[in-house]
Amino acid sequence: MENNLKCQDSQKKLLKLFLSTLYISTFTFGGGFVIITFMKRKFVDELHWIEEDEMLDLTALAQSAPGAIAVNASILVGWRIAGFFGILIAIIGTILPPMLILSVISFFYSTFASNLYVALVLKGMQAGVAAVILDVVCELGLNIVKEKSIIKNLVMIVGFIATFFFHVNVIYIIVIATIVGIGKELWRFKEVKK
Amino acid sequence: MIYLELFLSFIQVGMFSIGGGYAAMPLIQSQVVTKHGWLTMSGYTDLITISGMTPGPIAINSATFAGMRIAGIGGAIIATLGCILPSCLIVSFLAFLYYRYKEMSALKSILSSLRPAIVALIASAGLSILSLVLFNGESIQPSNINWIDGGIFLFAFFLLRKYKWNPILVMCFCGVVGLSLHLLL
Repeated sequence: MENNLKCQDSQKKLLKLFLSTLYISTFTFGGGFVIITFMKRKFVDELHWIEEDEMLDLTALAQSAPGAIAVNASILVGWRIAGFFGILIAIIGTILPPMLILSVISFFYSTFASNLYVALVLKGMQAGVAAVILDVVCELGLNIVKEKSIIKNLVMIVGFIATFFFHVNVIYIIVIATIVGIGKELWRFKEVKK
Repeated sequence: MIYLELFLSFIQVGMFSIGGGYAAMPLIQSQVVTKHGWLTMSGYTDLITISGMTPGPIAINSATFAGMRIAGIGGAIIATLGCILPSCLIVSFLAFLYYRYKEMSALKSILSSLRPAIVALIASAGLSILSLVLFNGESIQPSNINWIDGGIFLFAFFLLRKYKWNPILVMCFCGVVGLSLHLLL
């Protein structure tokens, strides 16, 4: 009986995971970070399945591995929530909507691409996407500032200036932040030894 | 044999595109246009436009679109699977390492300095989209500001911050408002 309940519970979780990834993938346009912000709202703030710090760690992993960030992030979220089946479900949920939509659109893509109304709706949605991302950024950024660590704030500010103004490749930012982390650890180790 | 070739090509795209979406574009171009000649350059330009304006990850969209054009529905499925296979394996392995060792102090320290960097990357992605919205991709000057879309952005931001609206609702709302304002004004 108890086993049965547990089984139902995990089935419900898988279904919820599937529907969430399906929903996010259907409505998010553009690159990986757009999807990451929607995932954060869904899995961290709404469902409380993942901690905020953990979501940032998963983003770092998704960004460092090859492939689409959105797919990588859903693999990680899926694994975190329901192990192997979670991965499977999350991937299917993420790739199904674009596959269906693209298959249909590829038949009449030139009409679609040159339609004025489609372009206007998409332009408006783009303004909305910018607002969603920056809303999440405000929250995450303020949380980092609140920690009052000079190194962390420095990493954030320098990282932002490097990517936004100087278009430094994302990989270098990740490598340098990793080196800063290792340096910090070595420094602490030295202090302890003293 | 087109399926096998398609599969192998997109495995390479999936394996070597680090950094998401647009990083995959040159790889897709070299496989699909230069190496195999499956699409012409103008077909490839359509692919970029469509992948950017339809929902879902850009890499998956372009794999589906290219596969569909080259070998129909079967091609779309094969290309998409090829594209995600390398990530599945590598990311699962990383996930395993992360959950196994995340309590280790060295890894904790690395992760704690990676987090602010990730926030910076997300901020930069968000502001790039915002500047595209505000200036329509033209040079960044006050005279080029698109006030309608800028206004929509501010209103959306206000709804999100102040009233905690659901992000997807906000986005759809912006699409409708954008269409109506541009038609009215």
